[in-house]
Amino acid sequence: MIKGNTKANRTAKWLVSGPPLLFLLVFFVAPSLIMLFTSLRLPGEFGGLAPIAAPAEAVHGEYGLTLETYQFFFSDILYAEIFLKSFAVAAASTLICLIMAYPLALLIARSEKRFRNLMVLLVVLPFASNFLIRIYAWMIILGPESVFSHFINAFLGAFGIAPVTLLFSPFAVLVGMVYVHLPFMVLPLYTNLEKHDPALLDAAQDLGANAWQRFWRVTWPLSLPGVFSGAALVFIPVLGMFAVPDILGGTGDILIGNLIKDQFLGTRDWPFGSTLSIMLTLAVLAITGLAAWFARPATIAER
Amino acid sequence: MALLEIHNVTRRFGDFTAVDNVSISIKAGEFFTLLGPSGCGKTTLLRMIAGFDLPDSGQILLDGKDMVGTPPEKRPIHTVFQSYALFPHMTVADNIAFPLKMAGTTPDEIRSRVREAMDDVRLSNFGNRFPQELSGGQKQRVAFARGLVNRPRLLLLDEPLGALDAKLREEMQIELINLQKERGVTFVFITHAQNEALALSHRIAVMNQGKIEQLDEPSRIYGFPRNRFVADFIGKISIMNAQVLETAPSHLTLSVAGLGEVTAPSKEDVKVGDTGVLAIRPEQVRISHHAEEVELKNHFIGKVQGFLYVGDVTTYIVELPNGARIEALLPNSAPGRAKFFEAGDPVAVSWRHDAGTFLND
Ligand SMILES: Nc1ncnc2c1ncn2[C@@H]1O[C@H](COP(=O)(O)OP(=O)(O)O)[C@@H](O)[C@H]1O
Ligand SMILES: [Mg+2]
Repeated sequence: MIKGNTKANRTAKWLVSGPPLLFLLVFFVAPSLIMLFTSLRLPGEFGGLAPIAAPAEAVHGEYGLTLETYQFFFSDILYAEIFLKSFAVAAASTLICLIMAYPLALLIARSEKRFRNLMVLLVVLPFASNFLIRIYAWMIILGPESVFSHFINAFLGAFGIAPVTLLFSPFAVLVGMVYVHLPFMVLPLYTNLEKHDPALLDAAQDLGANAWQRFWRVTWPLSLPGVFSGAALVFIPVLGMFAVPDILGGTGDILIGNLIKDQFLGTRDWPFGSTLSIMLTLAVLAITGLAAWFARPATIAER
Repeated sequence: MALLEIHNVTRRFGDFTAVDNVSISIKAGEFFTLLGPSGCGKTTLLRMIAGFDLPDSGQILLDGKDMVGTPPEKRPIHTVFQSYALFPHMTVADNIAFPLKMAGTTPDEIRSRVREAMDDVRLSNFGNRFPQELSGGQKQRVAFARGLVNRPRLLLLDEPLGALDAKLREEMQIELINLQKERGVTFVFITHAQNEALALSHRIAVMNQGKIEQLDEPSRIYGFPRNRFVADFIGKISIMNAQVLETAPSHLTLSVAGLGEVTAPSKEDVKVGDTGVLAIRPEQVRISHHAEEVELKNHFIGKVQGFLYVGDVTTYIVELPNGARIEALLPNSAPGRAKFFEAGDPVAVSWRHDAGTFLND
């Protein structure tokens, strides 16, 4: 720790925190500003952007800047619906990841030390193969002729329920999202749980807490920082993900990610794509801000 | 009937016997200490009493009831852990309230009991602090309050003062004695520090390699160690090889090689011809100028080898003609005097006929 506030220490602090700050400035703040600027401009005739400040043809004010795309965004309920649906999918994926990852992280954190690294390695092993290949694999697994589909439909049939199509459905999108992002939930949870002092559980038990009370009053509250970072690592990427809905979803399963991608690659309306991105960024910032406020040390205190 | 009875309890880990056929019976209201070097099995025994571990053989009875089927959370026994194990996400008040909540105490009752408990350990104004904001001694007191608040039948303390510095340790020892007296809760206290055991306990069990070497009151453990391990472990003691020449109801006559005859207090189960050691405490040995008249019968000439000055007293190490070394303690009561003898000085050492102990091999 650098203590005190001598001149040398201040220099040291800037030397340490300077490069990452610069990195953020160049690769986050600057692109965001460019994006913001782009969202105010007019689309070019064949994609791209219309030139700025060509007053002769300027229908939209002197500099060719406009808030039209924002008006457009708010004028059609469709976009709000897609936003809401995307947030719902992100929230559901996060929750399912949490429910699946927690027991696994707990299991790893409480196994013998020499097995833990191996188990963590198994969790991240899927990353070794290409992301798209893994998603296409789910296409086969969820396809109508797969063993899995037959099994599910046989099971449903036993209860007199008509066969269902798994692929190209919101269900398939959710499966894909959870599958892709599960390790991002497991790792921060494991990192947190692994640090817990086992003496605390002994103390709780000694003082009269049964297994459920030990979990609910000790393990869970102490793991909240891990839960929050895991949730952020799943929620935010799911919001922007377009490959999974593209491949596994049906025509009605468009999410924000697909919408934005389409503006840039399909309809070639860069300003509107930028507007959607800005709205997404704002929404994510608002949500993470809220989460950070709820997770502030005074309420959960892993401090 | 004793509150806690430990009957022939043994616990093995593989081939290693951590607790070896231990039997102890502890009365209600007692301050009982398990004393022994690190690794002798104290924590293992304590964990079995708390219920975290089960004996391989033997029984543990609380109020006459075998505890074998009772899990830790159901035993009316609480533990103060060496690391304190305070919940870092709870305030001091919530930490102390924890056992009451688990027991289903009503909120009103919890509030008043927590306040009382915080008063008892002089932390009344610290209820809203988190453990990380407390000093070592304060954390320690929270741990005591949390262990005592639900009035357990038995409080187990595993080296609770081990992490504190010497001065604070002494303060906490006094607080612990008072707390135990006021609450009337039975304490089973673990330590490897013999002075702490002597200062706190009503009775002490000295453990070594999983066995109990001696179980007695502090003054008897110190004054009449039963064997060489106890003698060595508790306090300072000088040891010389000796053989029994004569036994009388009032005293023993020993032969110490190179010194001659020494008189020692009589002892049961000692026969003429037995070999062993004469063990004698430094404070029982008088050191004087070699030419001075000494009326004591155990009286020998030697030479100062060195000394250890610690302020209030000085310990002199005297070499006797037989090559044995004996320590003599002299209070530095004369003002301004730091030492009375120098290394190399010829001196006389002497002790009363009823001082020292003969210990069989
Ligand atoms: N779970 C265990 N597995 C194997 N050996 C153990 C276990 N617990 C304790 N021991 C061994 O038992 C001995 C006594 O340990 P412990 O009761 O902790 O000693 P103390 O508390 O007196 O220092 C030590 O040698 C320790 O290594
Ligand atoms: Mg121990």
